[in-house]
Amino acid sequence: MKNFGFKISKPRAIDLDSADTSLYKKLVKVVPSLERCIMCGGCTATCSVNNHTEFNLRKCHLLFRRGQLDGLTQELDKCMLCGKCTLVCPRGVNTRAVVMNMRILLGCATYERRVSHAVGK
Amino acid sequence: MLLESSRTFIEFLQDTSLFITVKSSHFISFVVPFYLGCIFLFSVLAYKYVRWIRNISKRQRRIMWRNLFSRKSWEALKETFMESLVHRKIYKRNPLLGYMHMSLAFGWFLMIFFGKVESSIFNHSLLDDPSFAIFFRFFVREKGLYPGQNTLSFIMDFLLLIVLSGVLLAIIKRFRSQLMGMKKTTRQTAIDKVALSALWWIFPLRLLSESVTAGLAHNGSFLTQTIGNLLVSIKLPLESMELFVWWAYSLDLCLFFACLPFSRYMHIFTEVVLIFLRKLGVRTTENFNGYSMVQLNACSRCGICIDACQLGFSAGVDNIQPVNFVADTRYRRLTAEVLNDCLMCDRCVEACPVGVESTLIRQQIRTKKVDENKLFYAYNQAEKARKKYNVIYFAGCMTHLTPGIITSMKKIFEEANERYWFMDEDKGLCCGRPLRQQGFIQQANELMLKNKELIVSSGIKLLVTSCPICYKTFKNDYRLNGMQIMHHTEYIDYLIKYGRIKVEKSKLGIVYHDPCELGRGCKIYDEPRRVLQSVGKLQRAEYERENAFCCGNTMGNSVLPSEKQQLVRNEALDMLTKSNPDILATACPLCKKTFAGGNRVKVKDIAEIVAENLEKSSNFEAE
Repeated sequence: MKNFGFKISKPRAIDLDSADTSLYKKLVKVVPSLERCIMCGGCTATCSVNNHTEFNLRKCHLLFRRGQLDGLTQELDKCMLCGKCTLVCPRGVNTRAVVMNMRILLGCATYERRVSHAVGK
Repeated sequence: MLLESSRTFIEFLQDTSLFITVKSSHFISFVVPFYLGCIFLFSVLAYKYVRWIRNISKRQRRIMWRNLFSRKSWEALKETFMESLVHRKIYKRNPLLGYMHMSLAFGWFLMIFFGKVESSIFNHSLLDDPSFAIFFRFFVREKGLYPGQNTLSFIMDFLLLIVLSGVLLAIIKRFRSQLMGMKKTTRQTAIDKVALSALWWIFPLRLLSESVTAGLAHNGSFLTQTIGNLLVSIKLPLESMELFVWWAYSLDLCLFFACLPFSRYMHIFTEVVLIFLRKLGVRTTENFNGYSMVQLNACSRCGICIDACQLGFSAGVDNIQPVNFVADTRYRRLTAEVLNDCLMCDRCVEACPVGVESTLIRQQIRTKKVDENKLFYAYNQAEKARKKYNVIYFAGCMTHLTPGIITSMKKIFEEANERYWFMDEDKGLCCGRPLRQQGFIQQANELMLKNKELIVSSGIKLLVTSCPICYKTFKNDYRLNGMQIMHHTEYIDYLIKYGRIKVEKSKLGIVYHDPCELGRGCKIYDEPRRVLQSVGKLQRAEYERENAFCCGNTMGNSVLPSEKQQLVRNEALDMLTKSNPDILATACPLCKKTFAGGNRVKVKDIAEIVAENLEKSSNFEAE
């Protein structure tokens, strides 16, 4: 076949029925305010670390919600937990707690001493 | 019949008891439980203390040993006397509560001391059998054996009376804590309850046994002899009772000693260890170590911190106060919720009579493990200083959300003709404290390293920051040697003092809110007040300085929902606006943002108030 320089990209449809949302359910249990999120993106707009690198909390939230967890660990590591996003959030979502607990749930941060984390039990 | 059988039983007891002659005294069977309890108690204590002290870092231990033979040991001894025995700090809080603690601690201590004096005089030796002093009245049944016996008996009875009054108050407090100026009292574990009941029984049992012996041998003083005579007059079989009550007394002592290392009463000895370690230069570090264990065990769970906690009295969260947190940590049932749900405002630490730094211990336990090579990002976009400046201005992330502060600071810098470098104007980094408070130490270190590099490479010797959170970490964690770090309130105070800016005094009534990190965290109380006095009329708040309220919005808490945060904020606002001020002044962008959301009063940062009241410079007027 002749190559015209075009190709057909694979469909990006996400099968939400087979998505693993167990971690998201755990997250919502710890940070109930996350359910109020309207995905306005205010958190991302104000983010300080965005001056240095692309970090999109809204996107992270969405990916986590759909169970697309690949590469999230690297993404979340950029957050400085400075709390600006929490202050601007119009819905009062505790965004810092969201990032922290995502990190713990993804296993990229664990408590050094024995703390029975409400998520784990 | 009954009397006779009991008498034979007593003879049987006396025959089987261990008769070891120690000096002139007899070693009678009921001292065995007392000895067992003592041996158990002191071996457990020695084991624990040696383990904990070995667990402190080598550097700090070296400092400790070096200071041991200096004036600091003497100071520690003095503090031990004032705090562990007399309980001066609790006295300041509530005299009745202080008396209760003092009568129990100091009274008991004096009883042991005078008991030892008594037995030493009797035995003509300081190294006599320790139990002899405890059961003195049973062993020495005659009067007038040595000079001063009556006086000493009187002192012992008097002390017993004092301690008994303390026990009575303690029992009342358990059921009606309001009477002692405490709104709430603590919850107890099972072993605490056993130890508590044992403690309550020790002194009534001592009174009873000494009275019974006094009834038989007439060797008591005003208290025991009166009760002894009373017992005789109601014809109780004292002879058969005597050994039983002394046995009960000894068993009760044994029970208390056995429970002590595992209950809240561990604080009796650990508080002394804590005072010594602290005075000898041991400090709370970043990692959980032996010193943290000493602090956890030095907590007497008196519950004074419960009333200090704003989450308790404003937001109705009642399981996170230091008493509960410390107990949870000690008994290994700490949950992430209790650990993370804390404003870290340090009001409890300020109130703590023992000086347990519970917020720092919280921070230690929050430490999270991250693999060394798992750090994915380095912040390398930050800009370096291009020119030579005199001052670095670091606004902080939060200040970028309150641009009024930045504009005012710029105006003030210009007014003072200061050449400043706005370090985080465009591509600033976080100071690292929020990460540090949540236990992401490695990530925080990454940020700090980057910031430090920028600061050091600029060669500037003065750093001014607008955010108390940044201020504290720059001051304590960055180790910027040779650099002066100032919060903008300090800096403005300095500018006014040296006449570099001139301000006009307005007629505004201003009330000042002490931000937690600036006030309790860095002990900056006077500078902001001086600045405010020069621009307006400073009104006093009900709770200020060390007792100031927290606005409820902190970097330390990652659990508290916004509704509860608002409850904390509203209570703080109620307190601050009681005097109807025109302006509520703060020195922290986070407090400003939070209070502004309350819509109660105009909230302004000190920098903004100063910038508005700058005296118009002469060339400005000429235009």
